Amino acid sequence: MNLKKLNIENKKIRNLIPQALTVLALLSVIIYFATNAQINMGNRGISFGFGFLNQEASFDITFSMIEYDGSHSYGRAFLVGLLNTILVSVIGIFFATILGVIVGISRLSDNYLIAKVAEWYVEIFRNIPLILQIFFWYFAALRALPLPENGISFNDISFLTIKGWYVPKFIWTNFNIFLLSIIAALIAIYFLNSYATKQREQFGKQIPTTIISLATLILIPLFTFLFLGVSLSFEYPVLKQLSPTVFTYAGGVSIIPELIALALALSMYTATFIAENVRAGILGVGKGQKEAAASIGLNKNQILKLVVMPQALRIIIPPTTNQYLNLTKNSSLAAAIAYPDIVLVFAGTALMQTGRAIEIISITMLTYLTLSISISIFMNWYNKKMAIKEK
Amino acid sequence: MIKSIKTWILIGFASLLLVACGQGGGGAGSKKSKTLDNTKKAGFVKCGVSQGLPGFSNADEAGNWSGIDVDVCRAVAAAVLGDADKVKYTPLSAKERFTALTSGEIDVLARNTTWTLSRDADIGLTFVGVNFYDGQGFMVRKNSGINSVNDFRNGISACTNTGTTTELNMRDFFNSKNISYEPIAFEKADEVVAAYDAGRCDTYTTDKSGLAAQRTKMSNPDEHKVLPETISKEPLGPVVRQGDAVWEDIVRWSLNTMIEAEEYGVNSSNASSLKDSENPAIKRLVGSEGELGAAFGLDNDWSLRIIEQVGNYGESYKKHIADTGILPNRGPNQLWTKGGILYVPPAR
Repeated sequence: MNLKKLNIENKKIRNLIPQALTVLALLSVIIYFATNAQINMGNRGISFGFGFLNQEASFDITFSMIEYDGSHSYGRAFLVGLLNTILVSVIGIFFATILGVIVGISRLSDNYLIAKVAEWYVEIFRNIPLILQIFFWYFAALRALPLPENGISFNDISFLTIKGWYVPKFIWTNFNIFLLSIIAALIAIYFLNSYATKQREQFGKQIPTTIISLATLILIPLFTFLFLGVSLSFEYPVLKQLSPTVFTYAGGVSIIPELIALALALSMYTATFIAENVRAGILGVGKGQKEAAASIGLNKNQILKLVVMPQALRIIIPPTTNQYLNLTKNSSLAAAIAYPDIVLVFAGTALMQTGRAIEIISITMLTYLTLSISISIFMNWYNKKMAIKEK
Repeated sequence: MIKSIKTWILIGFASLLLVACGQGGGGAGSKKSKTLDNTKKAGFVKCGVSQGLPGFSNADEAGNWSGIDVDVCRAVAAAVLGDADKVKYTPLSAKERFTALTSGEIDVLARNTTWTLSRDADIGLTFVGVNFYDGQGFMVRKNSGINSVNDFRNGISACTNTGTTTELNMRDFFNSKNISYEPIAFEKADEVVAAYDAGRCDTYTTDKSGLAAQRTKMSNPDEHKVLPETISKEPLGPVVRQGDAVWEDIVRWSLNTMIEAEEYGVNSSNASSLKDSENPAIKRLVGSEGELGAAFGLDNDWSLRIIEQVGNYGESYKKHIADTGILPNRGPNQLWTKGGILYVPPAR
């Protein structure tokens, strides 16, 4: 009896000891590295701290979405880099998704030419290292663009040149009212859609929601222009001569070529993986599902939208989440072509000027971790929403 | 199962032991030089250089490094190991260089690095001297009609390297002139050159020696020129880690020896024949008088080896900077006795 009890205890302990020791070993390693770093830094007279974030950065950044110049702090420079990383990631994810879905569906097209073009696109772009593609879009494509004085003009209001894409600047009056009207329109559309769903489920009545939504989105903001004093004017870029042969554009907004090249490379590259996910998702929906949908009289668009896509999305979303995460992390290659993302601005210039390698790299790693986990959480939420609801 | 528990316990003790050892190690540098001992044990000097800057540190197709920065590494190797070729070169970006040095990946950093207060005092580095007095300048296209920095106008775009003092000087300069500008900072010099060459930016700014060297890499060097103005002081010199005073002295005096040798007319071909010179300063340089090497644990021929194997500063400059057409005129990098500012403390 006694022996048996001991045995059970033994088993518990047996299970516990390895785990405890693993944790202990892991902790020891971390403590070892931390103390070692501390001792070595101490020996070399390097202090540790985050006070430098309040110091004046004293370097300028090409492109910033918030007000910034060298007289602002390193903390502010960090924010500029972070926002630029988020900007290029959002643009990249947006275009990669659109392109990926189009290419993925095209690969399944009955049209031989479309299917083959899509296939070649995927095979070429996913098999070339991303950094080379970034260099290609930046240096090869950049060289092909004209100097400002010969810029490619779009109706004389927008110019594409080697120094960037100059577009008109929006100058709003009462922008807040306009923004509120957009939000109001979106809320209206949400209620319209839930009403339409109810109508369809209860009475089998079809309401053309797409057209009504679109009209709402246009008409409500238009109303603010006509009656609520919202107005929009444009500041156009104008060619400016700096010296006998040096030109640039003044006014307007300049979308720097570094951003264009990086967003292009990231979305073209990631789109290939998303395309394959989309193809896998659509092929993963049983043939019987489509036939059954057709047999109850749904048209082709309805089959795709109501039957195939909702099921395909369950297969598409999890691997596509990975691609979004990859794209965000890959955006750190920006430093190679001088796009001022967090790696170039903060883990590059700021690190060099302050010499605070450990602090800055920790902050940068933590930032990427936070970004990635946020995307993960959002996509997991979306995945759950799309999953089969057991009733 | 019992056996596996034993294994786990062993691992646990081993890791605890590891922690204990770890705290014991990494002590402060004593009177003896740890870096010198390690270098002798390894058989080569670990030297950090640039990723390719003609005249300073540049590798040929066979991977042989040359340049005046490289000669500092070679001088240290000749002094410490007796053979100037016993150097392991690590090419580093501007961003990586200081971390590589403080982490011990390299022991000497000879990579056209500007000596500044914050670098010297704040991040665990020690600058040992200046092997090139430089200043920041601007390069523009010849046909641009820009002949001076006073011709710069609002909206000019300027390419440069990130993580350098250049980036900061540029801001100071444009701010003082009240000119708005677009700064485009690349990580590697080659990409700065490519972007400037393509027309992405109107001017390329870095140290003047760098501009002269990079101009040779342009698709058509004759289309570009360097503006006459110098907007900053850039004393470039070798750097060592803080905390090893003996090693610091070895690197400092290896460089000083090269400059002093030029001052006394000692060069790679006449050094050994000057052992019986009348001049005691020359005799000290070639090791036939005094016991100077003993001060940092080297033999008495350390300086003779530097002069014989690497040459004096003038030879190094001529070979790498002047004869390559980068900067034929020595400017401030001339001896103090000939109108320049090269002036080193006496070796005695």
